[in-house]
Amino acid sequence: MALDMRSPIESGCPDGFQYMHPTMRRNYGLWKYHEHPRPGVLVHYAHSGEEIWTVKCATQRILDSFTLRTLCDIGDKYADGYIHFTIRSNVEYVVDTEEKVQPLIDAIEAAGFIVGGTANSIATLSHTQGWLHCDIPATDASGVVKSMMDELINEFKECNMPNRVHMSTSCCQINCGGSSDIAINIQHTKPPRIDHTQVGNVCERPSVVARCPVAAIRPAMVDGKPSLEVDEKKCICCGACFPPCPPMQINDAEHSKLAIWVGGNHSNARGKPTFQRLVAAGVPNNPPRWPEVTAIVKKILNTYKTDAKDWERMNDWIERIGWPQFFEKTGLPFTKYHIDNWRGARNSLNASTHIRF
Amino acid sequence: MADKKHYDTPMLDELENGPWPSFISGIKHLRDDHENGTIRGVANSLLGQLEHSYETRKGYWKGGTISVYGYGGGIIPRFSEVGDQFVESKEFHTLRVQPPAGNYYTTDMLRQLSESWEKYGSGLITFHGQTGNIMFIGTTNENIQHFFDEVNEYGWDLGGAGPCVRTGMSCVGMARCEQSCCNEHAIHRHLMNNFTDDVHRPALPYKFKFKVSGCPNDCQNSIERSDFAIIGTWRDDMKVDQEEVKAFIAKKGRQYVIDNVTTRCPSDCMTLNDDDTLTIDNSNCVRCMHCLNVMNKALTPGDDRGVTILIGGKRTLKIGDLMGTVIIPFKKLDTMEDYEELVELAEEVIDFWAENGLEHERCGEMIERIGLVNFLEGIGIEVDLNMIAEPRQCSYIRMDGWNEEATKWFERKAEEASA
Repeated sequence: MALDMRSPIESGCPDGFQYMHPTMRRNYGLWKYHEHPRPGVLVHYAHSGEEIWTVKCATQRILDSFTLRTLCDIGDKYADGYIHFTIRSNVEYVVDTEEKVQPLIDAIEAAGFIVGGTANSIATLSHTQGWLHCDIPATDASGVVKSMMDELINEFKECNMPNRVHMSTSCCQINCGGSSDIAINIQHTKPPRIDHTQVGNVCERPSVVARCPVAAIRPAMVDGKPSLEVDEKKCICCGACFPPCPPMQINDAEHSKLAIWVGGNHSNARGKPTFQRLVAAGVPNNPPRWPEVTAIVKKILNTYKTDAKDWERMNDWIERIGWPQFFEKTGLPFTKYHIDNWRGARNSLNASTHIRF
Repeated sequence: MADKKHYDTPMLDELENGPWPSFISGIKHLRDDHENGTIRGVANSLLGQLEHSYETRKGYWKGGTISVYGYGGGIIPRFSEVGDQFVESKEFHTLRVQPPAGNYYTTDMLRQLSESWEKYGSGLITFHGQTGNIMFIGTTNENIQHFFDEVNEYGWDLGGAGPCVRTGMSCVGMARCEQSCCNEHAIHRHLMNNFTDDVHRPALPYKFKFKVSGCPNDCQNSIERSDFAIIGTWRDDMKVDQEEVKAFIAKKGRQYVIDNVTTRCPSDCMTLNDDDTLTIDNSNCVRCMHCLNVMNKALTPGDDRGVTILIGGKRTLKIGDLMGTVIIPFKKLDTMEDYEELVELAEEVIDFWAENGLEHERCGEMIERIGLVNFLEGIGIEVDLNMIAEPRQCSYIRMDGWNEEATKWFERKAEEASA
């Protein structure tokens, strides 16, 4: 192996201009305004008088090489040979004239991809790797997204929501999917099950102890072997110990549940950015279709769609109507688990007489 | 040699129903139709293991330590715990490859990458993972090096994995957005390519992410999801095309503008006049972007553009969510010197954090632990009112340096006034 090893070229991040549509290169930083002529289509006008038409479509995100080649074929035949991926893994084709738009849409749809996802639609869920590739997942990600988007597809193809809706799923509590208008995350409900025969061999025990957010882990000798033990009264079942110490198995077919969080918004528009807040938990992790979680998500979305004003994101809407009304309108149960007790929690309590009767 | 019998996948088969594109159908396409027998076998084996996960509700991948020659990271190693049952995918590592800022590709380049991957990997690719990389999903210990050597020769490099500077991410930006106030491409590449060593050889307390958004809409989600967020903004007056304002009102009505524009302004800085023009109190505008989003033809950012820099955003682990906080309220990025200063600031931040952060402690968590003022003194930045939402509430602090600090403030103000 050591023979003739090739030294890497540390080129880092490549120059993107070589991959950019020439109209975008020519008008870089010189755009004037844009319009949204129909769902899935944007047109941007430059000060130069040039325009660029974008057609956005969704794929399965885990692309096989056949699918990628189909996307390239469409790009070559109907677009101008350029593909842009959005940060939520949608594909965007760009063309320089309006005439190319309809044939492009027809080709995309004929190939089974879904045109939409612009403006006040439900965008593709951003998601993680799940059982397909992650080393610590309690659920799948691609499968949850596929199941959910099968039912929300019309809200992707049309623009009927009060404002855009960004959703995400994550297969552990680290939440790689990110804070979103609606986030579906794993919530473990039981402490890790420890294989004491393995801990001493596999885990760097001091760093596992340090990893625990509530200092519930301490070194211990178990059956004459160095291991770790968990104070189960303190344990918050977050799973932070599992990645550095796989013998501390946190995932459980029955007790790793799904939780739903709402109101995360990264934009500075109107209010400052907000984190998502817990609204539902204890939802079964039920492959292959996860119908229970989709039902709750749809209920939240329908309430938001009916009740929110134009341009209100999920968090804007809830701020206006108040959390009591959110729970009343969605019919979700309010429990002691909704009341925060983490650092800074008092800021989340109502220290006023502002109450809607 | 004939292909192995296909694993039964009754649960995964359910995910081929319905109108949304199916990743299962895609993997089966590889299993059934790919000309390369290795890819067919890997796809079959992967489907077998995934079905097993669906049945048992459990994951079966374990990590490890693998990289390419000369690097220490960039690979997500995956060994199957059930590799004896699903042999062809028992080594199933992912290579993280850095995309260009803004995620632009030609179809030619996508085909070239795909062909290289079919030579050495599973044929599965994701554009992009949540940390911003192209994810080439599934290859063996041996083929990692071959694939990397091939794509590295034509311009692609590994991204970050582990405790290191991670791959950067940028919004669509100036290439196709009238609201962008900064050159995302230049910022992204200046920063990332200054830290290639820290990307490839993990030696920091934990991960460190750069993200760039062209305007405060922050489509790149940089405040919440990066340690070092660079967001375009402007400090002169926003530009108002009053004729377009009138045209907008003629089309949508006054009530629409009152309900959806002026009354939604978070700092109440807009007035709709009787003659259907808008007056903006720019000194009170917080650059939230809402009115520009609604009336993008009539309202545009001003000309005196630059960036705001926020530091310390991250998700839950370990102390809970943190947003980035303002460290630099406004910085011009016009000249090469400006960009060099930006890179120097990033170096200061990373050096200070590398020195003072605990193992597995993100930059924002360190700031939480030591306090913003200690962090600012560590990186040599003066305090600024835009760093806070409000001044201190609690009197429990020793303040015998007050007079010196107040003097410093007035001296700074005088210096700024004379500049």
